[in-house]
Amino acid sequence: MNGPGNLDRRQILAGGGALIVSFSLSDAFAQDQAAPAPAPAPAPAHPPKWIGSLKETPFLDSWVRIDADGGITVFTGKAELGQGFKTAFQQIAAEELDVPFKSLKVVTADTGRTANEGYTAGSHSMQDSGTAILNAAAQARALLIAEAARRLDVPAENLRTENGAVIAPDGQRLGYGDLVAGNLLHIQAQPESTLKDPSKYTVVGQPVPRVDIPAKVTGGASYVQDMRLPGMVHARVVRPPSYGAQLIDYDAAAIEAMPGVVKVIRSGNFLGVAAKKEFQAIKAMRALTASAKWNETARLPKQEDIARVLLGLPSQDSTIFERKNPAAVGLKTIEATYTRPYQSHGSIGPSCAVGHHVDDVTTVWTHTQGVFPDRAGIAEMLRVPPAKVRLIHAEGSGCYGHNGADDAAADAALIAREMPDVPVRVQWMRDQEHGWEPYGPAMVTKLKASLDDSGAIADWNFEVWSNTHSMRPGGAGSLLAAQHMAQPFAVPAPKPLPLPEGGGDRNAIPIYTFPNAHVVHHFIPAMPIRISAMRGLGAYHNVFSIESFMDELAIAANADPVEFRLKHLEDSRGRDVIKKTAEAFGWKKGQKAPDGRGYGFAFARYKNLAAYCAIATEIEINRETGCPRLVRAVAAVDSGQVVNPDGIINQVEGAIMQSMSWTLYEAVTFNDTRITSIDWQTYPIVRFDAVPQSIEVHIIDRPGLPYLGAGETGQGPAAASVANAVANAAGKRLRDLPLNRKKIKDAIDV
Amino acid sequence: MTITLKVNGHDHQIDADPDTPLLYVLRDDIRLNGAKFGCGLGQCGACTVIVDGKAVLSCVTPVLLLDGKQVTTIEGLGTIDAPAPIQRAFMEEQAAQCGYCIAGMMMRAQALLQRNSKPTDEQIRAELEPNLCRCGTHMRILRAVHRAAQLMDTAELSPSLEGSVQ
Repeated sequence: MNGPGNLDRRQILAGGGALIVSFSLSDAFAQDQAAPAPAPAPAPAHPPKWIGSLKETPFLDSWVRIDADGGITVFTGKAELGQGFKTAFQQIAAEELDVPFKSLKVVTADTGRTANEGYTAGSHSMQDSGTAILNAAAQARALLIAEAARRLDVPAENLRTENGAVIAPDGQRLGYGDLVAGNLLHIQAQPESTLKDPSKYTVVGQPVPRVDIPAKVTGGASYVQDMRLPGMVHARVVRPPSYGAQLIDYDAAAIEAMPGVVKVIRSGNFLGVAAKKEFQAIKAMRALTASAKWNETARLPKQEDIARVLLGLPSQDSTIFERKNPAAVGLKTIEATYTRPYQSHGSIGPSCAVGHHVDDVTTVWTHTQGVFPDRAGIAEMLRVPPAKVRLIHAEGSGCYGHNGADDAAADAALIAREMPDVPVRVQWMRDQEHGWEPYGPAMVTKLKASLDDSGAIADWNFEVWSNTHSMRPGGAGSLLAAQHMAQPFAVPAPKPLPLPEGGGDRNAIPIYTFPNAHVVHHFIPAMPIRISAMRGLGAYHNVFSIESFMDELAIAANADPVEFRLKHLEDSRGRDVIKKTAEAFGWKKGQKAPDGRGYGFAFARYKNLAAYCAIATEIEINRETGCPRLVRAVAAVDSGQVVNPDGIINQVEGAIMQSMSWTLYEAVTFNDTRITSIDWQTYPIVRFDAVPQSIEVHIIDRPGLPYLGAGETGQGPAAASVANAVANAAGKRLRDLPLNRKKIKDAIDV
Repeated sequence: MTITLKVNGHDHQIDADPDTPLLYVLRDDIRLNGAKFGCGLGQCGACTVIVDGKAVLSCVTPVLLLDGKQVTTIEGLGTIDAPAPIQRAFMEEQAAQCGYCIAGMMMRAQALLQRNSKPTDEQIRAELEPNLCRCGTHMRILRAVHRAAQLMDTAELSPSLEGSVQ
C-alpha cells in the first residue's frame, strides 16, 4: 500500500506518474489550492460527515477504477446477500460518473481486491459502501473534468460530462479512458464532494432491474454452491450430535474403502470426508456418522422454561436511558412481560464453501458476510498470518445474519489444508444448518408504564434480558471447526454490542417522548444455546415489545392506536410514515374489523437512527383451529434518498413475510442434550397457504438526504403489527413468541 | 451402472449408483446449476425439476427410476438472451431476492402452466405449497406466475417467442 494521499500527489506532481494533476481542480478540491505540493494538507475545516466507508478506506481507486479503454469497475467490501445492493451501487456510480449503467461492473468483497468494510450487516451497506461509492465517483468525475480542463486549456466550469466523456463547449470529447492515466484516481478523498443535484438524477431513483436476476432464472452459475474447479472434490463434515460431544471412535478404514472416497479427515472432534463425486461424499458421510461414537452430556436448559432460565442467569446490568420529570404523574399503571424463543435463520440453501490450498496460501470462496473478519478467524485457526489466507465472497442462499457461512468457510479451509492443491467443496446438510447455525437469541422484556389523567404516558420502564447478538468471527474461537479441532480454540468471551446501535438493547430506548423513562439492559454473558446475529438483532423483540405495549396502553387510555402513537412522537419523519401507512391502509379511528379478523399497527425507526417503517396489518383467525392468517399488510418506509425503489420495496415485502413467519410459527426446539429442530418438519416456516392477499409498500423519498438502508427496518414493526392484529382479532393479548395456532386457540377458548 | 438420461432434449450416458438422487446427477455429472440442494428430504422444493411433464423433487428421486424419461431443468426452458415466458415473467416481476429457491419455484409453476394455461390464484398457491422461500418473495412469485401464464398465452399467438421452449 502506498503512503498518505499527499505523498502520492507529490509523486504525481513530480512526474512520477504519467499524469500531472493540476491545482485548478473543481470546488471539491478547493482545499488543495491552499496546500501547495510539499506541505501536508491542512485538516479539513469540517470533519467528514457523509462519506461512509471512505473514512476508513480513503483512496478513490479503492472504490472506482477506470481502465485506459474506458472500462469502469466499482469495488465494494460488502457482500451481496440477495438484498440487491450490487445493482444499487452500480446505479449510484453510473449517476455520479455520468456513464451508462451497463458500462460498469461491480466487484464485491474479496480480501485480495476490495476495501475492508467489516461485516455486511445492520442495514449498513447503503450508508457505508453506497455513500463511499457516491463520493468516490463524484470526486473521480471532478478529477476527470480537471484533467480535461488542463489538456484542453478550458476552464473546468465550461466542461460537462456525458456518456463516459468530458465534453468541451466546442463539442470536443475526451473519453474517461483517455483522460485517466497513471495514478489519477490513486488519491485520497476530500472530506466534501460536489454531488450531483438529486433533481437531475436519471439513474438513481429508478427501479433498475437487478443485475443478478437473469442468471438466477436461467441456471447460470450464481452461487458458491455452483462452483466447479478443475479436480475439485466434494467434502462433508460429520458434526458432533450435540454441543460439547467428544469423539471416541470411528471406523476410518471402512469409510476409506468406500467408492470414490479420497480422504477421511479427523482433528480432535472435527470429522470429515472427501470423495470424488458429491453423492459418494454423502454416502461416506452417512457411513461415517453411523460408525462414529460420541460422548454426550446433557447440558441444555429446558426449552419451555427458557425465559425463567434467562432471568436466573447472572447479568451485567446498565441503565441505558433515563429521563425524569416529577411534574408528570401516572394514575393508571399496567405491566407486561414479553418473551422470544431462539429462532433460526433458516437459509434455504445450507452453507457451502470451496477451499483451495496452494503453495501455503489457502483461498476460500464463501458466502460469509465479512471476508476480512472471517479471514482473521480462519488464519488464527490455521495458525498462519492473515496474508496466507484469502477469502473471496461468492453468493450463497440468503442468510439474514450470521448463519453457517463462516463455519462452512472454516471447514473448507481446514479440509483443504489437509489436501494441498485439491479444490475442496464443502456442503452442509440440512440438519447441520438447522442444528449448528448460531440462532437468534431468546430474549425477555418487562415493561411497566403509567398513564396520566389525559391518557398520555407519564412514565415508562423497560427492561431487556439478552445474550449478545454477535458471536461473529474475528477470532478463531467463533468458528465450529476451530472449536472442534485438536488443540481447539475457546469460544471468545461475549461482549454486548455498543449503543447507539446496540445488540440486545437495539431499539430498547423508545423513540417516543415520555416525561419519565427508564431503560435497563441486562446483558447475559452465559449462552446455553449457540447464538449470534439474526436480522434486526434485539430490535425484533424490543420493537415487538414496545409496540405491543403501546397498543396495550392505547387500549387502557381508550385511544386509537395510531393517534396514541402520534400523540407521543415528535420526530416528523416518523410521523410521516405513520400517517402514510394509516392513510393507505384505510385506518379509521374506532374501526371494527369483520368477525374473526383484527387490525394491527406498529412503527419503529430502526436503531433509532436508520430507516423509518410503519406497518398496518389485517389478520384473520380461524376460531375452530386458532390458525392465524395475515390477510394484508400496508407499509410506509423512509430510507432517505431512494436509489432503487423496487429494491427497497422488495426488502420490506420480504421483511414482512419473514417476520410474520418468525412471529406466528418459529421456535428452535431442544431436549436436555440435542437440538431437535433439524429440518423443515421440525422447524416449520411460512408456506404458500399462509401468504397474504396483498402486501403494499409505500416509499417516502428524501432526495439528497443520507441513505438509511432498508434490509432490517421491517422486522420489528411487522412482528408487532401482526401481534396487535392477533390481539385485536382474538380479543386476548399474546406476549410469548411465537403466537402460534395452539396459543391462539388456548387464548380464545379460555 | 450406466443409465441413459434425457435432459433438456439431450441424451446423457450417466455412470452412477442406481440409488443416486437425480439432483446429484444433474449437478455433478451434467453440470447444471438450476436444480438446487436445499434439504435432501423433499421438504423445500429447491431441487424441483420436470420429469415427463410433472414437477418432481430431484433430491429424493433415484436416478434408477428415470431411465428413458424426459427431464427438464430451468436451463432447458430458455436462456438469458432467449428467455422462456416464465423466465421473462420472473425477470419482469423482479421475483427474486437471494434467488436460491426460485428455479425450483419456476419449474413447479411451469409444470402447472403446461397442464393448465389459465390457473386461478388459488390453484397457483396450492401448487406452490411444497416450495419454501425464506426471503419472503412470495407475492412477487405469485405475480410472476400469473404473468407467465399471460405471456404463454401471447406466445401461442406469436410463434417467434416459442423457439426457446423445449
